[in-house]
Amino acid sequence: MRWHAFPRSGPSIADKLLQIRWLFILAVCAVSGVGIAMLYSAAGGDMEPWAIRQLVRFIVALGILVVVAVSDIRLWLRWAYPIYFVSLLLLVVVDFAGVIGMGAQRWIDLGIINLQPSEVMKIALVLALARYFHGLGSDDVGRPWRLALPAVMIVVPVALVLKQPDLGTAMMLMIGGAVVFFAAGVRLWMFVVVGAAGGAALPVAWGLLHDYQRKRVLTFLDPESDPLGSGYHILQSKIALGSGGVLGKGFLQGTQSHLNFLPEKQTDFIFTMLAEEFGLVGSLGMLALYAIILGYCIAIAMSARSQFGRLTAIGITATFFLYLFINMAMVMGLVPVVGVPLPLVSYGGTAIVSLMLGFGLVMCVYVHRDVTIPRHSTGEER
Amino acid sequence: MGRDLDRQKQFTRRALLLAGGKAVLLTVLAGRLYYLQVVEAERYTTLAEDNRVNLRLLAPVRGRILDRTGRPLAVNRQDFRVVVVAEEAGDIEGTLTSLGSLVPLGDGDRKRVLREVGRQRRFVPVTVRDDLGWEDVARIEVNSLDLPGVAVEEGQSREYPYGALLSHVLGYVGPASEAEAAKGDPLLVLPGFRIGKAGIEKRYEGPLRGVGGSSEVEVNAVGRVIRELDRREGGSGADLALGIDLELQQLAAQRLGEESGAVVVLDVASGEVLAMASTPGYDPSAFNRGLTSAEWKSLTSNPKAPLINKAIAGQYAPGSTFKPVVALAGLEKGVIDAGTGVFCSGALQLGNARFHCWKRGGHGTVSLREALIQSCDCYFYEVARRAGVEKIAAMGKRLGLGMPLGIDLPHERPGLLPTRDWKQSVFGTGWSMGETVITGIGQGYVLATPLQLAVMTARIANGGRAVMPRVVRDAGLAEGVGVRAKAVDLGLDPAHLRFVRDGMNGVVNAANGTAKRAAIREPGLAMAGKTGTSQVRRISRAERDAGVIKNEHLPWERRDHALFIGYAPVERPRYACAVVIEHGGAGSKAAAPVARDVLLAAQKIEATRLATGRPADSPGDPRRDG
Repeated sequence: MRWHAFPRSGPSIADKLLQIRWLFILAVCAVSGVGIAMLYSAAGGDMEPWAIRQLVRFIVALGILVVVAVSDIRLWLRWAYPIYFVSLLLLVVVDFAGVIGMGAQRWIDLGIINLQPSEVMKIALVLALARYFHGLGSDDVGRPWRLALPAVMIVVPVALVLKQPDLGTAMMLMIGGAVVFFAAGVRLWMFVVVGAAGGAALPVAWGLLHDYQRKRVLTFLDPESDPLGSGYHILQSKIALGSGGVLGKGFLQGTQSHLNFLPEKQTDFIFTMLAEEFGLVGSLGMLALYAIILGYCIAIAMSARSQFGRLTAIGITATFFLYLFINMAMVMGLVPVVGVPLPLVSYGGTAIVSLMLGFGLVMCVYVHRDVTIPRHSTGEER
Repeated sequence: MGRDLDRQKQFTRRALLLAGGKAVLLTVLAGRLYYLQVVEAERYTTLAEDNRVNLRLLAPVRGRILDRTGRPLAVNRQDFRVVVVAEEAGDIEGTLTSLGSLVPLGDGDRKRVLREVGRQRRFVPVTVRDDLGWEDVARIEVNSLDLPGVAVEEGQSREYPYGALLSHVLGYVGPASEAEAAKGDPLLVLPGFRIGKAGIEKRYEGPLRGVGGSSEVEVNAVGRVIRELDRREGGSGADLALGIDLELQQLAAQRLGEESGAVVVLDVASGEVLAMASTPGYDPSAFNRGLTSAEWKSLTSNPKAPLINKAIAGQYAPGSTFKPVVALAGLEKGVIDAGTGVFCSGALQLGNARFHCWKRGGHGTVSLREALIQSCDCYFYEVARRAGVEKIAAMGKRLGLGMPLGIDLPHERPGLLPTRDWKQSVFGTGWSMGETVITGIGQGYVLATPLQLAVMTARIANGGRAVMPRVVRDAGLAEGVGVRAKAVDLGLDPAHLRFVRDGMNGVVNAANGTAKRAAIREPGLAMAGKTGTSQVRRISRAERDAGVIKNEHLPWERRDHALFIGYAPVERPRYACAVVIEHGGAGSKAAAPVARDVLLAAQKIEATRLATGRPADSPGDPRRDG
């Protein structure tokens, strides 16, 4: 079933549903299922207060995934910039009106749900960059001035997020954006130049960091020097991981997590709890599940015929990867504690919804993999 | 389309590169997991256990101290303290107000509790008041429903039912000082834990303390106890039986009354201390409770030195009670025998110096027996002169003077037996004959503690066996703290001892004895002894010419010390006794009657026990009772 142009009468919703890779959905459900089980354990063997809510959110988010998967991909192309600007606006709003939470302004209280605009921005930025590069010829990609606008599109939200201040999200936006640049074919030397400039700007950036952020970086470098202070989280996390051993202490049996030595075990440090209770077997199993999802996503990205589809898929894959890599590396003491949740597993509303929306987009790319989209919305194809 | 194809190819290349990069990074994570969970697993498992498991010490119950018949002298009283747990109480101030209507709570208590609640974690119990009685506890328990977070905890506090009576023997307990806590048992830092600070409590700290138990508990990150994992019970301290007889001790202290003095009663065969009184005493519970600065000041500034155990740390010139030593020295050296007569004119002229006898006009010619009975100074001046100071010192030493006896109490003092070498090393001058002469009547440099005098008496009474004194009954336990319990024979000639004992018998029981008014009339219980009156001032020639000022006309601190040593019964002696009354005047008047009463009581108590079928020698050993 191939359709080169998108006929108005197009394939039916049912056709599209058949296109969805349900095995992929199964993998996503498996990861989320593990997450809900860990939240059950984090509450000391109780569905309240986290597991039940996470389950409800996941079901809603699964619905969103399916709906997005079967939606017309050109709709997303058309709405990419508006979505980006709305997200940017939300970020501005959160800077001024956000509720103080977790020591930083990150939330907008919508009454029912606390919206975290930075999570939304991760998807919106990918869409906007994909749209921009979709409209760019391969020659233009080589021209530096053509890259100024997308660079600004990255820098503005990064600056806003840093102001909150949220180092982890800023890093993810930056690297996620860079991945889209890279996949779009931007010359490698430009990365070298930007990288060098970034390195030179590091001392300046150090000066702009909050004290607590500097401390996090410093304690990351030598966490055991201050076992009761800032290094406490990393040290306790490593103790939990290491004491899990090969087979783990058993479900609900993690001493580090259940006796509260482990901080924030239902959010950022949930992987540590998993590794403590299920050992190396469990943690590598989790890693394998994530690898399956990543493999699927990359394969989908490569199968798409439109640049927008490819870049969207690869961008979202990169964002997803950054989530899991930064979180795991953080709890293992490989990178500083930056407050990035483990995707699909950590407790948190906005993150799971935006992630599932992202997966919906990836699936949407897959469903529409053979659709060619003109470079310009006018419809003219060069 | 061609360009699109190019783009797709380039995208595929770069996507594969990105995929490769992700694979590498995921491999790094897997490697790190392997490192943490396999390579370092053991180390982190240990750390996790350290986190989780906390060892809590359980204080052992301190052993009691009992008298020779098993009557408790130092006991543990159950002590109640009321604590409040902030987390459960909610409104702390309200709770304290309600509590204040049940038990007296000062403003200071209130402030301290609020301060501590603010500082501690919310689940840590904070002591509101300790040392509560049963009624307070009952009131709190009845109202417990209205007092959320309030709990009554049980502890142990040391109590001395006889107060000052045995203060110097028993000593007292108190919290370990930082220096003590630093080098020892972790028990010492437990809140409320007390260790012996003086007396028996200090000397037998080891057996009394017992062994602490421990409880392994699982705690969470903030230290709250989740459950007990393991419990190892410790051992209570051993009860300690003393040789002290409570009744005899009470009598001795009562007979000393308001005076500043000491009484020691020994078993002449075993060296066990049957009574050791030193007055005035102090309340040992006050030290446990904590002294106020006013109390401390009054204790330290009191001229009668209530904190000092005069029985072992008071050093006095023995005066005439030293004469038996001089007699034995002379007899052993062969410079006198029982029949040797010495003429007493009332004074001995030695070069320029004149040494007076206490009796103006003298005793005429006296034998050893008469010299002891009448306490003739001239006789002993002469014996001392003939025997020499070295011989006297050697004899004194054999009889237990001039060095610590190693009794199982802290702070025993050595007394002093002067010799030529001693004087040379201390003063750098030579010894003079006058000093030998004055040593002959127990004056000059000679010093002895009441305990030493009692031991000396016991060794004379028991036929020359070197008994060593001890407070605790069990000889094995006493040896554990360094007491030499086994008595060796001193090698004294039994005939010499008989001569001296005969004289000492006369002192009390002859018509002209210095202590004849203190004689025991009960048949078979008679006492023998020797009086002593030691000068604490020099009597000038002018005063002697004008008539020596009587003691009652002198200020208290310049009056003579009254001494008496005695044993009973005269035949086959069982008890030896030394009495010193500081500035008490004449030994015959002040000290001898005390010794008489004490020695009589000792024999009567023994007789009662025999009559009631309870052998005085072996009351039930309380340590093996339960």
